Amino acid sequence: MFSEPRPFWSPLAAGIGLGLVLLLTFLLTGHGLGASGFFTRLTAWFGGEIARPATEANIYLGPFLKAAGGPLATWITWEVIGVMLGALVAAVTSGRFRVKLDGATRLSGSRRIACAIAGGLLTGVGARLARGCTSGIGLSGGATLGVAAFLFLIGFFVSGVAIGWLARRIWA
Amino acid sequence: MTLPLLDDGVASGLLCGLLFGYVLEHAGFGSPRKLTAQFRLSDWSVFKVMFTAIVVAAIGLYGVTATELVAADGFYIPTTFFWAMLAGGILVGAGMAVGGYCPGTSAVGLATGRLDGLFFIIGMILGTAVFAAVFEPIAGFYYAAEGPEAQTLSALFGIPTWAVLGFLIVIAVLGFRLGTRFERRFGGALTAGQLNDDGDKTTGGSVETSNVRTG
Repeated sequence: MFSEPRPFWSPLAAGIGLGLVLLLTFLLTGHGLGASGFFTRLTAWFGGEIARPATEANIYLGPFLKAAGGPLATWITWEVIGVMLGALVAAVTSGRFRVKLDGATRLSGSRRIACAIAGGLLTGVGARLARGCTSGIGLSGGATLGVAAFLFLIGFFVSGVAIGWLARRIWA
Repeated sequence: MTLPLLDDGVASGLLCGLLFGYVLEHAGFGSPRKLTAQFRLSDWSVFKVMFTAIVVAAIGLYGVTATELVAADGFYIPTTFFWAMLAGGILVGAGMAVGGYCPGTSAVGLATGRLDGLFFIIGMILGTAVFAAVFEPIAGFYYAAEGPEAQTLSALFGIPTWAVLGFLIVIAVLGFRLGTRFERRFGGALTAGQLNDDGDKTTGGSVETSNVRTG
């Protein structure tokens, strides 16, 4: 048996903590936290490895390949590596680290994988359209009171509740 | 020393990321079950944590600009492209409802041992490739309805920043109350103990939940 996991922080405590981390990030860098920018660069990197001419010719991904040091040599890469290390430390020290296939609770393993890939696909397209994700546009843009952030967040929550209602039988 | 430091170096990225990931995990946001429970309105942690963070950081940013510690234009503010950003929000919301994560939390999920986080990331890479492949035909949509550069709520509504902050605090308080009321109705927000049970053995838990609903 695993040791009993420690409780999560209260939403208020976690929210204040996250707000302070976000504020620190703004003071250090002039911009907020993000995530999808890294996955865009990772896509450009993969493209460069497996289909270089096509990726270089692509009007959206091509410029990332031409960046000095390659598409991954940037702040957001280190930030996402940091996110993973920070999450790992938090999970291990709180007895919450488990290797498992989590996801849509009511589905079998292969269907969980299909849901995760499908959800990722929608998110990948969506984050590029929005020029950022829940962190980069929603959270960071929201802290600067940017109109774009609140537009994004309204779309995110309304769609999430609607699709979440349709998907409720596979999740709960 | 001028703020912001404009430090985009390795140490700055690692430090901000470490703290970000540490807090996200402690909020429970490595779990796709907790994240998607927000959309079923049974666990309001996503709203509560995000909105609190936005308000706290916004007050801090207002403080350092109002006291001229940082120039008014010292921070990056996104510019609105109405249709693409609304559609993007809708797709990212749908992606979380189906796949269980958003980009940042998928990294947290993977780092805490969740293999589905890795599959979500593979999906995101495919989605980004699809977007890049169709970028030219959809460029008109991507750039449509551009708003004023770096427009804030304060500029949009023509009210001072402190009033916007006051309004957001009111929404946060009301959202916390409403959320807690919903959580009670659905048997409480998901706890670390519930979530660390093996995902395949949750039938018992689900039956309990449906009992609470009918009860």
